[in-house]
Amino acid sequence: MSQTGDETRPSVRHAAPNAERQGDAGAVFAQEGEKGLLKFLTCGSVDDGKSTLIGRLLYDCQLIMEDQLATLESDSRKIGTTGGDLDMALLVDGLQAEREQGITIDVAYRYFTSPQRKFIVADTPGHEQYTRNMATGASACDLAVILVDARKGVLTQTRRHSCIVHLLGIRHVVLAVNKMDQVDYAKERFEAIREEYLGFAEALGIAEITCIPVSALHGDNVANVSHKMDWYHGPSLLAHLETVEVGDAIVDKALRFPVQWVNRPNHEFRGYAGTIVSGRVKVGDEIIVVPSGRLSRVARIVTYDGELESAAAGDAVTLVLADEIDISRGDVIASREARPEIADQVAANVVWMGDEAMHPGRPYLIKCGTRWVSGTVSSLKHKLNVDNLDHMAGRDLELNEVGFCNLSFDRPIAFDPYKENRATGGFIIVDRISNATVGAGMLEFGLRRATNIHWQALDINKGTRAAQKGQRASCIWFTGLSGSGKSTIANLLEKRLHDAGKHTYILDGDNVRHGLNRDLGFTDTDRVENIRRITEVARLMVDAGLIVVVSFISPFRAERRMARELFDESEFLEVFVDTPIEVCEARDPKGLYKKARQGELKNFTGVDSDYELPENAEVVLKGGENTPEQSIELLLEKLRADGTI
Amino acid sequence: MTERRNHLRQLEAESIHILREVAAEFERPVMLYSIGKDSSVLLHVAMKAFYPAKPPFPLLHIDTTWKFRDMIAFRDETATRLGLELVVHVNPEGVAQGVGPISHGSALHTDIMKTQGLRQALDSGRYDAAIGGARRDEEKSRAKERVFSHRSRQHRWDPKNQRPELWEIYNGRLAPGESMRVFPLSNWTELDVWQYILEEQIPIVPLYFAAERPVVERDGMLIMVDDTRFPLAPDERPQMRRVRFRTLGCYPLTGAIESSATNLEEIVAELLAARTSERQGRVIDQDETGSMEKKKQEGYF
Repeated sequence: MSQTGDETRPSVRHAAPNAERQGDAGAVFAQEGEKGLLKFLTCGSVDDGKSTLIGRLLYDCQLIMEDQLATLESDSRKIGTTGGDLDMALLVDGLQAEREQGITIDVAYRYFTSPQRKFIVADTPGHEQYTRNMATGASACDLAVILVDARKGVLTQTRRHSCIVHLLGIRHVVLAVNKMDQVDYAKERFEAIREEYLGFAEALGIAEITCIPVSALHGDNVANVSHKMDWYHGPSLLAHLETVEVGDAIVDKALRFPVQWVNRPNHEFRGYAGTIVSGRVKVGDEIIVVPSGRLSRVARIVTYDGELESAAAGDAVTLVLADEIDISRGDVIASREARPEIADQVAANVVWMGDEAMHPGRPYLIKCGTRWVSGTVSSLKHKLNVDNLDHMAGRDLELNEVGFCNLSFDRPIAFDPYKENRATGGFIIVDRISNATVGAGMLEFGLRRATNIHWQALDINKGTRAAQKGQRASCIWFTGLSGSGKSTIANLLEKRLHDAGKHTYILDGDNVRHGLNRDLGFTDTDRVENIRRITEVARLMVDAGLIVVVSFISPFRAERRMARELFDESEFLEVFVDTPIEVCEARDPKGLYKKARQGELKNFTGVDSDYELPENAEVVLKGGENTPEQSIELLLEKLRADGTI
Repeated sequence: MTERRNHLRQLEAESIHILREVAAEFERPVMLYSIGKDSSVLLHVAMKAFYPAKPPFPLLHIDTTWKFRDMIAFRDETATRLGLELVVHVNPEGVAQGVGPISHGSALHTDIMKTQGLRQALDSGRYDAAIGGARRDEEKSRAKERVFSHRSRQHRWDPKNQRPELWEIYNGRLAPGESMRVFPLSNWTELDVWQYILEEQIPIVPLYFAAERPVVERDGMLIMVDDTRFPLAPDERPQMRRVRFRTLGCYPLTGAIESSATNLEEIVAELLAARTSERQGRVIDQDETGSMEKKKQEGYF
């Protein structure tokens, strides 16, 4: 085996071409490097031929490799829908499951290049339930190609896609009227569709609309101008994509630089790493840091490739400031002349993407730019009909619905209205339990009242009030199914505490539902609001120095967690009365299970509404095994151990 | 007034943004370093992203023990040159069982030495984010992968339940034990990678350049005989042929192409004229249609 010995191995070396070695390929390459990049989105109804159109673009730009072509030929015979002809859609439909179903189910990204431009295509699904995927694809794009089938014309889907595209801030739309071969390449048909669409889209406010008649299947007007439609004098789709000017002059807007990461390799250097999302910056510029409002000046613009005198939107750089001020991730370095808005209460359009509905009052995590905050949707002002952007009444947002909401954050954020700046006006909403991204928001404006509410710092506080009563204020939160025995135990606990000279109050369904919360029903949204109000009342009472006993089914983890977070860690005790549902139902003290089983009572926890088991309750009481007295002893022991009593 | 921006600078800036998000949002990130050209680009961009600091994460190489010897030499030299921490993991169970691509076949070898090895390394390092150089244009199932791609406690990918990803706002939140795979080069194409290597003069493994190498032909692929473990037929002699590699993996599973391209310019010229896509040189993708998707669900990178 001497031929595999070391002598035949090339030594490790670096690719270090020098200028004179760059031949023709180098020249071609240099040219390639000067291309711009266009990100666009394709959307259309299920059968409009979206995947076929993208496949056609790839094919006609000669980007299909020999082995891909071989696979395409064999796949076309096996699972194609074009009767043995090459099925272009198979080039782009990625996942196996969707290939078998013959539909696209998610956002797929495709890449191709022409002599003029590089393209990134977000291919998004057309059917109704996947609005969220379209919004996702649209968020990254500057242009949208909306397909219609020439035989069917403008459909509800077409209008919906246009609305979402407009809502997500895309200013350039191409209406590709596909399957012209199916209508004998008739000019009249194209003109009728064009007229109808322009009427709708212009009313919507889309800035620039271009209509092109195409046949993706045969390649007419896709990459090449068709000879079958001599009446059409505009560019082919590809020619339009190559030349359309989409620059929204983002570099001419005010400087916005969300700080991503504080770069501190040693004591000499302190820089702020981030991407300039709008405007430009040069050494010496006076800046403001928001939301803190601190002022400084740009001292250096640092990059690996050397220090810069100036940088502009799109550049990922590291800024060094002239003054030592406290800046952390999530802050925004901005122009002093045109400052972002700062608010902790805002109004925004929200696209809901979670399987579980959005409930006003429920706490979520929100990421805007590089800043995470905690927040709630304080109210849903109205829903938007995505077919025409009309307003509709509503209480919560289901998957794929869009609503105009007021939101409230635990800390102020710096932002711009989305219409003015997509990078500083968009945010995502994240579920606190599953960590899934459940919504996307586009900020409209800050709510003025938010800036005028200030907390009063008082000399007499929770500690002094509780001390006067010889106790530590706390909230003891009982959760469990109806009939689990939590009210019995809670009442007994209050009695024992009262006997011991403690100052207490009990909040339960009877004294809250009949008064404070009598306007609320039992839908998920109302349950969330119910818990929110109870939590706030309990917090005021704890602030008054009381030991508050709360006894509510409180079936959702998110609400229990929200309650917990309103209190200091040491003053909240979650008690789970863990009684099997069979036992609860057998007891049925108020006859509610019976009614629920007969369908007379809707949304009853444990029957047709879920109870989410507590994961971090401080105390778990076995309501089915222990007597209330035994449970009380366990509880009192815990309270003594904690120093509450 | 708009400025025309070179698309490579745009791609680079996007990748830097992603890398910084990872550094800021995760407790124990790690960069998967596979020694290939994409890894070289990824590492180069990482050096830029955190300059003047070093990337705040180690490099991790899952060594199957069947990599080309040139790759291993290049790996060690790169880590030393850049002054970065390099963690190398080999699946000890696979070694104990003597698993190899020739004796056990490509599928089993890849599963045990690569997929299982990666899972072991991620678990034992308690890494919550693994940065990889995969690109969406490599293979159809990759086209739908997110930039921040969530993995369950079992390292599984659920293609039907991916988090929506909007604007450039990435959601890095995890439950205990879960992890994220992050792909900063998602939007790069093979041509972009080569163009960037040329423009930035990034060092790459010499196997990418054509040279006389000892090869044998197996199932229509040219396999380089890189050491004495490769079984030859009694009268078989490796032939010296002028070949290079478009992708690099385990040597018995990586097909060479006949080429005379000895520098980057010539590689590019070849690429621009190419009619064969790059993963064709890898045995593992050809097992069956959709095979990459299956491997990924099981935790392959």
